[in-house]
Amino acid sequence: MAPVLDVSNLGIRFGGLQALDDFNIQVAGREIVGLIGPNGAGKTTVFNLLTNVYHPSGGGIKLTGLDTRGKPTHQVTRHGIARTFQNIRLFKSLSVIDNVKIALHNSMNYSVLAACLRLFSYWKQEKAAEKTALELLSMFDMEGSAEAPAGSLPYGAQRRLEIVRALATNPKVLLLDEPAAGMNPSETAELMRTIHDVRDKFGVSIILIEHDMSLVMGICERILVLNYGLIIAQGTPDEIRNNPLVIEAYLGSRKEA
Amino acid sequence: MTLAYFIINGLQAGSIYALVALGYSMVYGIVKLINFAHGDIIMVGAYCTWYLMSRHSVPAWLAVICSVVFCALFGMTIERVAYRPLRKTGRLSLLVTAIGVSFLLQNVVQLMFSADPRMFGNFFTGAVIIGDRRFSTATVATIAVSLVIMAALTLLVKRTKIGKAMRAVSEDFDAAQLMGINVNRTISFTFALGSGLAAVGAVFYCCSYSQIQPTMGGMLGLKAFVAAVLGGIGSLPGAMAGGIFIGIAESFTKGFISSKLTDAVVFGILIVVLLIKPSGIFGMRAGEKV
Amino acid sequence: MSGLNAKTPFRYALNAASVAGLYLLLMALIRYRVLNRYQALMLIPIGFNIILAVSLNLSAGFLGQLPLGHAGFMSVGGYAAALLTMNLNMPANVELPIALVFGGFVAAGFGVLIGLPALRLKGDYLAIITLGFGEIIRVIILNLDFTGGAYGLKGIGRKTTVTWVYIFVVITLWTINALIRSRHGRAILSIREDEIAAEASGIPTTYYKVLAFSISAGFAGVAGGLYAHYLSILDPSAFGFMRSCEILVIVVLGGLGSIFGSVVSAAALTVLPEMLRGFAEYRMVIYSLLLIGVMIFKPSGLCGKYEFSLGNTLGGIQAGIRRRILKRGGGVNGSGS
Repeated sequence: MAPVLDVSNLGIRFGGLQALDDFNIQVAGREIVGLIGPNGAGKTTVFNLLTNVYHPSGGGIKLTGLDTRGKPTHQVTRHGIARTFQNIRLFKSLSVIDNVKIALHNSMNYSVLAACLRLFSYWKQEKAAEKTALELLSMFDMEGSAEAPAGSLPYGAQRRLEIVRALATNPKVLLLDEPAAGMNPSETAELMRTIHDVRDKFGVSIILIEHDMSLVMGICERILVLNYGLIIAQGTPDEIRNNPLVIEAYLGSRKEA
Repeated sequence: MTLAYFIINGLQAGSIYALVALGYSMVYGIVKLINFAHGDIIMVGAYCTWYLMSRHSVPAWLAVICSVVFCALFGMTIERVAYRPLRKTGRLSLLVTAIGVSFLLQNVVQLMFSADPRMFGNFFTGAVIIGDRRFSTATVATIAVSLVIMAALTLLVKRTKIGKAMRAVSEDFDAAQLMGINVNRTISFTFALGSGLAAVGAVFYCCSYSQIQPTMGGMLGLKAFVAAVLGGIGSLPGAMAGGIFIGIAESFTKGFISSKLTDAVVFGILIVVLLIKPSGIFGMRAGEKV
Repeated sequence: MSGLNAKTPFRYALNAASVAGLYLLLMALIRYRVLNRYQALMLIPIGFNIILAVSLNLSAGFLGQLPLGHAGFMSVGGYAAALLTMNLNMPANVELPIALVFGGFVAAGFGVLIGLPALRLKGDYLAIITLGFGEIIRVIILNLDFTGGAYGLKGIGRKTTVTWVYIFVVITLWTINALIRSRHGRAILSIREDEIAAEASGIPTTYYKVLAFSISAGFAGVAGGLYAHYLSILDPSAFGFMRSCEILVIVVLGGLGSIFGSVVSAAALTVLPEMLRGFAEYRMVIYSLLLIGVMIFKPSGLCGKYEFSLGNTLGGIQAGIRRRILKRGGGVNGSGS
């Protein structure tokens, strides 16, 4: 089967710094891939490149065979890559349900005129969007706070809402940037179940960046390790756990220590 | 002959813009506020000098000094009363407050001295002969004094303790505070300095245009502000270069195109520069981290 | 927020009734001289200031950008509308609406032209560049022949009536309200909240910025047209930076992102200087002191983000009465659900 996401030789330079070089990855449908590495290794840069927030200095990205090079971020999202952010970026003063409805933007197509004149297409599509949004929220036990401002949610719920919002764009690939950051072990365990559920129910492929090894090792089928912008290892959780290069990248070589 | 004349004229106007632009730039650098009331400080400075000289026959040099000191204290007071309480709230409300202060100054001065223009006697008499050309003393004095002030200001910001504090606060407000810098005092000082420079600019402006009005700060301030943006707002050499550039561009437009179009040319240059290099000629711009 | 429930038709009927009722009330007040001629005429500037403020609120409050050239669009619309009626020979009540719509579209066109380059910049830079464009529009009008140059455009004719102002205020309020509560409006709000997240959620941010900006410009143009046919004369110096500031002041004072606030504040700030006419000399001083005072003590504006809704208010009153009858308190609902 052809991979959903096919990234070859991706690289970017910031000034004199090669932040990412020769990055290759093929992600199959419904696969969960982990991306780990020390701080500053270039993990979030990979996400920013995949969504065209940054434009690569070289290499190509194919999403189900479609070249996304040079396309603006919103079109990449439309084609099927959605993401969450390391430092939560919700539309804080808007309601929870509006956060989701914003991501449903492209599932509707009524015009500005139809909106201003309140034509039938407006009512029909808004009603459908409302229903979809509520369904999505209820899958994550959030329908109760649908009208609350997103910024007033507790931390864990905000992280979940980011996932809901990403899913609302109907993605093929979901990029999760440190979804467990700031969570305690029981919350992390719950998140792990959620991620599994998301994969099963929505049939998406997931790439996740995470520092919490229990989560990464427990959920990912394959792990890539980045250091100084290069992939230094990849394999199953067990292979990664025992890879001396990985241990060195995280703990430093004996001389430095 | 005419070219040299336009350049000198442009330098004279440009020096005034530069002096005022420095105030905009320093204040923006440190509190990220476009201080729309800055233009009106020029007006206050002009009225102050005029009042002392014409009503109380104070000698010119003393009137100028008094006016500079008065404006410096006045600028500090405005910051203390109107801007400081709003430092933690949105930038927009700060901006609206600045517009309010600008309205207030114009109207209070109008109330005190009426809206009619007042004549301002040029106290630089005679001419200076450089090579085989004659220049008015006002022109030469404006350019010379501005150059000296700019050099002094550069030294102040680069070398002195308070200058370092100013740079630190504009770099990172909270970090500067943690390093033990008295942020409030630094900001007060910046406002005082900027307002004092505006008063100096006012005196030179009056000497070359010989007329003052409560609304005179509007366009003058706006153009000086354009100069500050052009050079890269927050950058002192940028404000100076931007001021001179605007002055010369204006003088050339008057000379070679049409005096009616000077404003359009000034704002046209602003737009082109912002579109090509939004941070201005000398400015730096930080991207947003995702 | 989208209000999709059984009460929706009822709310629309209620709003339509109150719009008609308010109009009849105003007409009655004028007819029976409760409002004198002068006060009745004040309704017109109140009206176009409401349009100006609400339209600016779209780009400042909802889109979250800070434009300082709103008066420029107002002047473009005003001149376009005035030149049209001066060249058409139709009854005033036919040509005025045509001219207003025309002025609105011309201003919106300028909004697109200026918005495309300007909206690449953010925050203060956007403020500065729109200020620059506004000033350039003014200088160009000043130097053109067919606009009358510095002498202004004279003999436009006083065609603006309270009725026309009322109609266009209602159209403005309806359109912007309807827009905000649609997928397009949510897209605009998402840009204010977090542009990067909006883009990542599939929102074409550039398109929506330009859209909001040009709609905002378009309504400013309509207001300009009303203004032109109210004064019957257009003077380019009336559309300088100060005018843009005055409109911004109305919006910020009313509360960014509150349409209701803009309406109240536009009415108040139009009437206030007139009420202070008795203290003619001090009125601008008092006005500016009030402005500074409000900003210091209530920086979010008088209304914050509050929106008035007749349905909600009536619901709230009803619930309050019910609670009083039951005298038990406890579960509080009925006001918003």
